[in-house]
Amino acid sequence: MLNVVRSLAPVAGDTRGQLVVGQISLTNFRNYHDVRLNIAATPVVLTGANGSGKTNLLEAISLLVPGRGLRRAALRELQNQKSSEPWAIAVDLSTPYGALHIGTGSDPETGDGDRRIVHIDGKNVRGQNALAEHMAMAWITPDMDRVLAEGPSARRKLLDRLVYGFDPAHNGRVHRYEKALRERLRILREGPADAAWLKALEDEMAQTGVAIAAARRHMVQQLRTGIATTTSAFPRADLELKGLAEEALENQPALLVEDSLREALARTRGDDAQSGTCVCGPHRSDLVVIHRLKQCPADLCSTGEQKALLIALMLAHVRILTSIRQMPPIFLLDDIAAHLDDIRRASLFEELRTLGTQAWLTGTDTEPFASLLPHAQHGVVEFGQVIWL
Amino acid sequence: MLPLIEAMTAAVHQVQSCSICGNLGGNDPCEICSDPLRDRTTICLVEDVADLWALERSHAFRGLYHVLGGTLSALEGVRPTDLRIDQLIDRLKEGSVKEVILALNATVEGQTTAHYVAERLAPSAVAITKLAHGLPVGGELDYLDDGTLTAALNARRKSA
Repeated sequence: MLNVVRSLAPVAGDTRGQLVVGQISLTNFRNYHDVRLNIAATPVVLTGANGSGKTNLLEAISLLVPGRGLRRAALRELQNQKSSEPWAIAVDLSTPYGALHIGTGSDPETGDGDRRIVHIDGKNVRGQNALAEHMAMAWITPDMDRVLAEGPSARRKLLDRLVYGFDPAHNGRVHRYEKALRERLRILREGPADAAWLKALEDEMAQTGVAIAAARRHMVQQLRTGIATTTSAFPRADLELKGLAEEALENQPALLVEDSLREALARTRGDDAQSGTCVCGPHRSDLVVIHRLKQCPADLCSTGEQKALLIALMLAHVRILTSIRQMPPIFLLDDIAAHLDDIRRASLFEELRTLGTQAWLTGTDTEPFASLLPHAQHGVVEFGQVIWL
Repeated sequence: MLPLIEAMTAAVHQVQSCSICGNLGGNDPCEICSDPLRDRTTICLVEDVADLWALERSHAFRGLYHVLGGTLSALEGVRPTDLRIDQLIDRLKEGSVKEVILALNATVEGQTTAHYVAERLAPSAVAITKLAHGLPVGGELDYLDDGTLTAALNARRKSA
């Protein structure tokens, strides 16, 4: 049976100079069968029970930037289980540079759901990076709540994702670096190692590794600036980027750092062969986050403080994106009210309004959003349908 | 269907790999290696026969080829001995070749293999060059990704 839902609410507000999803249509996407939503520029608050489809809607929006979305799900997971027709997302956007229509979905020609196609203004574009030219986005999800305590790998990935928001080529560099790293380890493990082959891989690692380190270092500098300009109730964080290449770039030109990394990799071949890991390179770097007032590393702070630090970091990121892209990014905040006290919640809502970003906030209860609702578009999500209040 | 079946059967029996360059054709040596009008001082190194024919279609290169037969990949189990690198070194020992052009893909495997081959050929007196990366013919600057633009800038040349 065709379950067509048309959830319409009047579009309101002045969207000039903003990046705004004006209309979104979901077809066979997760638990949405066929839904079209008209959205205002004001913050959008979505409430509803667990499993109703709030995060699915945010995930659909997150697929409007390059990558695998906020859940990092495999493409075939996005398919509505009750339909064999390919999933699709269509969005009408207002941007400071004009109106834009973006469509993305499973490629019907491959049939296995493993390929995503992207249309911009009706034209098929090659690759997803073209989306980054038109879109800017940031998100916070419950999965990220403990990211500052999880260890260097999680913090590094967070930082790389922030870089990726500015520079879509960063993902390609990280992919190249990691591929060369795995190849080198395989050769060392299998032995006897071919010196020329290792040298070729280490050259690739040195070149891409220093480019990665430089991009991360630039991002951290920007974040420090973003944190310095905040007036919100969220804690200030001191950021430090630890890593051989990142630290060397402080006072050495990139080509010299490349040489140093190349030499370090050649020098540690024996150790790496024995340990089965690579002991130096940007894959070992760490973003150290310190609660400035408490002078306490983030991983030793309470769960609430960690979330507050993460939000402070993401707000700084949004401020930088706004400044560089000359338009506030779309900001997705999934289940955001958890772990925040009243003062910080109010401060977050105030900051979202000041930033001028089209924020999408979700939660199971309405009460935490009470102070925001008079200024927001509020929808209740039930079984893949949205009812505007 | 019969003519098609016969043609395919004939192809299976007649197509062979050139013992000099690794190209596929009806003769050994292949038409390119046998062609006396080809420039025998330059060899273009390609990953596979499809790349060779892509270059041939351009009519831009009149030298000889060497088909490597793949690219190095420890993860896929392709080692230097699986590629036709030693055969290339043997060809250079004949002394007539002055330049080897590395025409490998801009992937991690392609560039690692190019680096490796350059390292292996370094002791010879042959000039090692590689294809430029950059602005495609008919391309518009504002549609290019940052990596391609950077490569194009780095490979810039004097105008006239």
